[in-house]
Amino acid sequence: MEMPKPSPDVLSRKNAVVARLSSVLPMDAIIHDPAETRAYECDALTAYKCPPMLAVLPSSTQEVSGVLRICHEEGVPVVPRGAGTSLAGGALPTADCVILGVARMNDVLEVDYDNRFIRVQTGRTNLSVTGAVEEEEFFYAPDPSSQLACAIAGNIAMNSGGAHCLKYGVTTNNLMGVTMVMMDGNVVEIGGAHLDAPGLDLLGVICGSEGQLGVVTEATLRILRKPEGARPVLMGFDDNEVAGQCVSDIIKSGILPVAIEFMDTLCIKACENFAHAGYPDCHALLIVEVEGSEAEIDYQLSKIIEIAKRHNPVELRESQSAEESAKIWLGRKSAFGAMGQLNDYMCLDGTIPVSALPTVLRRIGELSEEFGLPVGNVFHAGDGNMHPLILFDANKPGDLEKCEAFGAEILKLCVDEGGCLTGEHGVGIEKRDLMSHQYAPADLEAQMAVKDVFDPKWLLNPAKVFPLDVSETRRDA
Amino acid sequence: MKPETESELADLVAGLKDPVCIVGGGTRGISGPEARIETGALHGISLYEPGALTLVAKAGTPLAEVEAALDAEGQQLAFEPMDHRRLLDTRGEPTIGGVVAANISGPRRIQVGACRDFLLGVRFVDGRGQVVKNGGRVMKNVTGYDLVKLMSGSWGTLGVLTEVSLKVLPKPESMATLSVDAQDASSAVQVLSTALKSPFEVTGAAYDPVGKKAMLRVEGFADSVAYRIHRLTAELAGFGEVTEEEDAAALWTGIRDVHPFRGQDGDIWRLSVKPGDAAEVTARVEANQTLFDWGGGLVWLRVPNGTDVRAQLGEFSGHATLVRSDIATIMRLGRFQPEPAAVSALTKGLRTKFDPHGLFNPGMMG
Repeated sequence: MEMPKPSPDVLSRKNAVVARLSSVLPMDAIIHDPAETRAYECDALTAYKCPPMLAVLPSSTQEVSGVLRICHEEGVPVVPRGAGTSLAGGALPTADCVILGVARMNDVLEVDYDNRFIRVQTGRTNLSVTGAVEEEEFFYAPDPSSQLACAIAGNIAMNSGGAHCLKYGVTTNNLMGVTMVMMDGNVVEIGGAHLDAPGLDLLGVICGSEGQLGVVTEATLRILRKPEGARPVLMGFDDNEVAGQCVSDIIKSGILPVAIEFMDTLCIKACENFAHAGYPDCHALLIVEVEGSEAEIDYQLSKIIEIAKRHNPVELRESQSAEESAKIWLGRKSAFGAMGQLNDYMCLDGTIPVSALPTVLRRIGELSEEFGLPVGNVFHAGDGNMHPLILFDANKPGDLEKCEAFGAEILKLCVDEGGCLTGEHGVGIEKRDLMSHQYAPADLEAQMAVKDVFDPKWLLNPAKVFPLDVSETRRDA
Repeated sequence: MKPETESELADLVAGLKDPVCIVGGGTRGISGPEARIETGALHGISLYEPGALTLVAKAGTPLAEVEAALDAEGQQLAFEPMDHRRLLDTRGEPTIGGVVAANISGPRRIQVGACRDFLLGVRFVDGRGQVVKNGGRVMKNVTGYDLVKLMSGSWGTLGVLTEVSLKVLPKPESMATLSVDAQDASSAVQVLSTALKSPFEVTGAAYDPVGKKAMLRVEGFADSVAYRIHRLTAELAGFGEVTEEEDAAALWTGIRDVHPFRGQDGDIWRLSVKPGDAAEVTARVEANQTLFDWGGGLVWLRVPNGTDVRAQLGEFSGHATLVRSDIATIMRLGRFQPEPAAVSALTKGLRTKFDPHGLFNPGMMG
């Protein structure tokens, strides 16, 4: 992966930058020893590593502001970091950057059930937001698989999704307001406990901007009352295409399940070995979950089962207990870990129109044979968000490159079928160079124009999202 | 000027010397330069896949045409866009592009989200005459910056929409409405909030002070609606008499389109507030009439012509939009709530980037 050359000038001023930062941060919040900065050399995309020049761990919006003001004045690039769980290299450092970690900022600032929101510092983990409101039977809806570890800051940067967004939407649909520090240190408040923007929807463009427009330090999030209950049904099919048709028929029937998950043979086996969820041995497995009271669940599931039966499932099983439901979901949510036990893997998240599912799965199978690398598919079928997991051996010379080339082919295929490169992980560095496949120069120019306005010196999270040749003149300016 | 294709529109914009007013159906009451670009000839549904819950249409396609196509498949635009015609005394056919450009939503916004939450992709022509696309037609898409949200609610000031792609949802099988006696806005908001905090998925939560009734809508499968109405009735019994309304569909259209204000004099304002603040904030304004939606989060105000509602409101968490008045008042007060300097600088910066010559709807958003 090509990264811009570190600036020798910035590197030569490291000590001076540390000295200035110590005027706005306690010394234990500044990490400058190379033995310690290595802890920040990568995120969950571990194939790429680069220790930063420095890392800082501010504890307040004011401290973040101080750090950014100094870095802005010194011309030092800043890479914001939530919990470092990005699968796209969204928090990969450059050698001359300051990593700005928000991990110490994890307070709950306000909980308001009457107005149905929570305000938190963004270093707080996704799951612990729900944890803070669970007592009153509320929850925060977006549920990325990494929710135990990932931070709200990263969720906002990547506009994270999850398994249940067919009904509840993704981060952007559940984000009401932010406190954001601009690269020059200015603090802006956008949105809040009210709905919709007074003018341009800046919140909408901040969410998903991969930490390139500002550092979000506080967030107002929509919280929802938990449904009375939820129950999944498992369906096994001997044909991917039939499973895809079943998904489409369920959606057309007027039922909106809260989640529809899909797994193919390789993933079913890996997950079953891992979680012992009782998954059937078949080509395609669907987990369909609905919510409501017991009677509402019974009614919706009976309709769904009726539709499934028309497609000759080899297995059709309603969960009989909360324990069984938990196991079914554990299997699905541990898919990445389970696949990781088989080999190293690369996980993609291209999204396609649901109707293109059979074509895309067939073509991925063909590509798998061409490249000689196995691939497992597990994905959010209701919204077409694929997760092909390509297995490779990182210790085998050439395997990573082969895997990347295979991955690029899959993502181009997703775009060509009317979809996109990434549905929930973000572009980061991983898909940066494929952006030109999805977007024409004018499309990228319009996006970069937004960055020009928010971060005119292009110091925030450099070398992500936009192909380097496309952004070169701006970064060098 | 009424271009028939996107490229014709792009050429036209590239050759513009003077500012223009961007018009879809012309029903939302915006004013601007006399020269107009109308999108009505960019017409037609380009793609509709009921099984994928997605619809793509040219910006000038009449909203009614989109809704009819969806209705035929038992689906709908869940954000329930309001119709401004009666309120503003405008004519014409609302277009889907206009709905998106103005981010128009209705009562269901409180439960399912706004128009912008259902917008999956856009194509537009920027102020240089360049065609730009962003997003697409899939429900999850984080590929690059989200200009889709930025375009929704930009009222034509960043570009002329040519095509929009939307997520649609199944139309509920059945609907029921409860009304609860509430003597004032404050107690009404408490009723609405209690219902919205319940697990019973309320899709409408409004209060009309004239009838002194808080109204709650529940939608879904018939049995489920009956069950939830039953549970809500029990839960709200302590607040006042709870009754089930007949002919409730018209009632919600009335709230959506602010029917109680029809044919009445004065200026019309729209406040977006923290729902719990609604009663107190509204009481600061000397209004002739009010209507509460979104559990209190949306307040419609009718005030004497020329009233500076923002001055009466003072500081509050939210914003006030001037929806209907004479041109002089609109010019004096501005349609939209002024933004703090730091935010306003971002807004101005974006407008300068997307429309460098200031051609589109000048004065519309500051």
